[in-house]
Order: sequence, then C-alpha cells, then structure tokens
Amino acid sequence: MKLITAIIPEEKLDEVREALIDAEIERITVLRVSGHGRQQEITIQRGKKVVPNLIPKVQITIACNDAFEDITVDTIIRTARHGEGQVGDGKIFVQDLQDCIRIRTGERGGQAI
Amino acid sequence: MTWKRCLGLAAACAVAHPLLAQGTAAPVNDSGATAWMLTSTTLVLLMVPGLAMFYGGLVRTKNVLGTMMHSYAAMAVVGVLWAVVGYALSFGPNALGGLIGWDSKLFLLRGIDHTILPAGIPEYAFAMFQGKFAIITPALIAGAVAERISFRGWLAFITLWVLFVYCPLCHWVWAPDGYFFNLGAKGAIDFAGGTVVHISSGAGGLALALFLGARHGYPKTAMAPNNLTFTLLGAGLLWVGWFGFNAGSSVASNLETARALTVTQVAAATGALTWILIETIRDDKATSLGMASGILAGLVVITPAAGVVQVGGAIALGAIAACCCYGMILLKNRLGYDDSLDAFGIHGTGGIVGALGLTFFIRDAWWVEAGAKVPGWGILSQLRVQGFAVLCTIGFSVVMTLIIAALVQKLIGFRVSEAVEKTGLDHELHGERAYGLNNLN
Repeated sequence: MKLITAIIPEEKLDEVREALIDAEIERITVLRVSGHGRQQEITIQRGKKVVPNLIPKVQITIACNDAFEDITVDTIIRTARHGEGQVGDGKIFVQDLQDCIRIRTGERGGQAI
Repeated sequence: MTWKRCLGLAAACAVAHPLLAQGTAAPVNDSGATAWMLTSTTLVLLMVPGLAMFYGGLVRTKNVLGTMMHSYAAMAVVGVLWAVVGYALSFGPNALGGLIGWDSKLFLLRGIDHTILPAGIPEYAFAMFQGKFAIITPALIAGAVAERISFRGWLAFITLWVLFVYCPLCHWVWAPDGYFFNLGAKGAIDFAGGTVVHISSGAGGLALALFLGARHGYPKTAMAPNNLTFTLLGAGLLWVGWFGFNAGSSVASNLETARALTVTQVAAATGALTWILIETIRDDKATSLGMASGILAGLVVITPAAGVVQVGGAIALGAIAACCCYGMILLKNRLGYDDSLDAFGIHGTGGIVGALGLTFFIRDAWWVEAGAKVPGWGILSQLRVQGFAVLCTIGFSVVMTLIIAALVQKLIGFRVSEAVEKTGLDHELHGERAYGLNNLN
C-alpha cells in the first residue's frame, strides 16, 4: 500500500479531482495548505509590491493499493501541470503505507482502502 | 407613484410637471419630511453593503471579494453617473417623444441648488434618494452572473445599463409625464420600484445569465455558499434598509409613510415565515438560506404595493411571493440555467407577483379615487394596466440588456477565461484573498 501526498495549485483542484474520479480513484482527502517552494507570487496592495512568503496551495492525500500507484500519480501530473509545466505546479510524495484500518468494521490492510 | 400627490399642487393640475410646479407661494422646507428623506436616503445606501454581504456569502471562497466588489462598483460608478446625467435623464421633462427625460439644467444637478420641492423637501434630498435606487438596481443583476464576469466588463456594463435601461424605465414609471405614470385611471402602480428596480434587474439578470452561459462545472459540481453568516447579516441589513426604500418612497413623513413601513415589515416577516415553513414541510429542515431568501421575497413583493395595500394584503402577498420564488428556484434547477444567486428567481419573480398581485388587495379609498376619475374603474382594468407595465418592463430590459452585453463582450470582454474562473476572481482580478485564516500569511 502507498500513501500519496500531492501539493497542487488551488485552481487545479477541480480538474484533478474530476480526473481522479474518472480513473476510479474516489477516496481522497483535501486540505488547504500554505508553504513555499521556488514560486514567487507578487501582489500589489495600495500601490506597494508585496511578496508573500507563504503561498496557498491545495494538498491531496490518497491511500491506495500498489496497483493504483502509477495511475494515481500519472493522473495528478497530467491534470495539475500548467501547459508544458511551470514553477509552482507542485509536488507529489509517495510513501509506503504500513497499515490501513476501516474504523466501522475493523478490517485491516488492502481491503480496508 | 405616490409623490405625484405630494409634489403636485392639487389633483386638478396632475398634467402639469410636479417637479417644476410653482404655487402661488414658493414651497417652504418641511424639516420633518426633509429629515425623514435624508434618513431614508442613508438607509437605502445601507442596502448596497447589505447586498454585497448577501451575495458575498453565497459564492465560493475564491470569489467573495470579486462578488462584493460588484455591489461596491455600483456605488462608485452610479454614484457619479447619477449626479452628472442620471437624474436629468430620469426626471427631466419628456425628450425623444417621452422615451427618456432630459433637462440641461439638471446636468451636474446645477439647476436644483436652491430648489425646495412642493413636498417640502430640498430637491437635493429627492435626487440623492432616487440615486440610491439607481445604485442598487444594477448591483442586483450581479447575482445572476456571479463568479464568472470580469471587473472591467462589469464597470462598462453597469454604466451603459443605468443610462439605457434604468433611466428610461425610471422616467416612464416615476416622472410625472412618464408613460406608465399616466396609464389608466391613476397610473400603473409601482410605489417603490417593483417594475423599475426588481423586474428590470431580475429579467435583465436572467437574460445576461443566458447570454454568458453557466459557470464551469455547473450544475454537476456542487457550489456551496462560503459563509452563510454573511448572507444572514446581509439579509438583515436589506430588511432595515428597505424601510427607507419603501417608506421613503412616500416622499413625505406622514400617515402614508407609516402605512408603507407597516406593510413592509409584515410582508418581509410573512415571506420569511412561509419559506421556512415550506422547507420544514418539504425537507424537514429550515435553513438559514431559506430564511434569508424568504425575507427578500417578502420585501420584493411589497415594494410596488406598499402604497396601496393593507396588512391583510401584505400577509397574502408575502406568502404568495415566498411560494412562487421557491417554485421558481425549483424550476431553475430543473431547467438547468445558471442564475447563480437567483436574481431572477427572487427579484424578477417577486417583482412580477407583487406588481400583478397587488391589484387584488388595494384599499377601498384608492378605488373610490380611481372611480371618481374614470367611472367603473375596477380590478380588471387596473390588472390590464399592471400587466402592460410588467410586460413592457420585461421586454425592454431583456432586449436592452442583451444588446449592452453583446457590446461589452465585443469591446472589452465580459466573461472571464476558464483559468481565471477556476482560480477565482479574488486572486486573479483583484490580487487579493478574502479570508486570511486560510492562508498562514
């Protein structure tokens, strides 16, 4: 089992989510997060340039069985990328997942996902 | 409607221009009436931030500021426009065969520096009071096309819309020499703006929503309100401001003012009560959005009627309006067009129900006066006048709105790109975000 964490641009959430659902990956958790990578976002407030040090992004967390890792990652890359790709498109982290438990039934492992 | 009586000298000189009427003695300022009119003007302006909050709470988090800016833009744009030419176009004597009014003396309000109206109030107070109506009317349209229009397109649109839709309509309905003012026995009844404000903005909004098309993902994606606390507060501010809107439309501080205020209160409460009852019976739960919608439905329906109906009529109209508006929103969901925040569903529908429905609840004294002017004047004859005014308003507003929208789309661009729509108006068009809490900065 894998735990996939993706940090994506806010405006791409709908597209990514719809594509994931089309690929039959329907169990996801979404969070609003702030952080910084290499992207700089300059805004102007009352005529003054402001460079916020933390930029809002959306984080998607998906737990899946090994067979679904590639399709999940590919779907996110395909839909979250701006055109040919630009700074700020985000990152995906894939980790091994030790266990997964469905609280309702107490099932464990792959079938609980 | 009613200020014909207040501004005019006597029933006999109804043909003369009340705004220019000169009695044997120059009118004297009535401090009571002036104080109330200034208060009303302030109350009506308060409705605009109220509307901004109402709409701002209903959109998604990414469009809160953009949506609130639509209302505030109307304050800025129309606030200037009205003083420069709007008042002259609306309340000047007939020009172009009565299609619109015009008086060069009213340009920049230059000619009214010393004027006290026959109603005993300075003309400045009347002009500013009317100006607030011109501000809120285009702002209402924003609800129909929320979350997908560009800010510049909106600025251009409201400028043209006020000049070519609001001012002519306002002239027809409220200027003493306007078309609708002189229909039938005692004119088409529109006390405070059922046709001019609500039907025109509702029908125009619907036309604009169809012209621009639905938001990306509508209706498949759920588009939940971001903050109903705002919406409830906005509805509350609108309710309070509406006392100025309706009771101020008597252009006096007297019995008629108190009558208008009373029926406004009763209709708003009935609308709210009816809506939450419908929800409780149909869906088992009364929602805060339903409460806010019911308040608005009741307020809109009583707007044209506030001068002629009594408490019984106000209760009936409030209840009917809530049912019709609720039904209209169900119908919208079935038809699938994207009147995003139900500008037509509530303002258009409520306005039409009010303008037609009021005919059945007019107080007896009014019928006596009408009968004295045209013998045998009855419900059917008045209903025909009301229906004519409603149809003309819908037709005129829809056609003109479409022409203006096409022009703005072609010259400036009205609908935002898909990328802007997805990121949200706040960040893309204004470089800001509404809620700091969601961003740790």
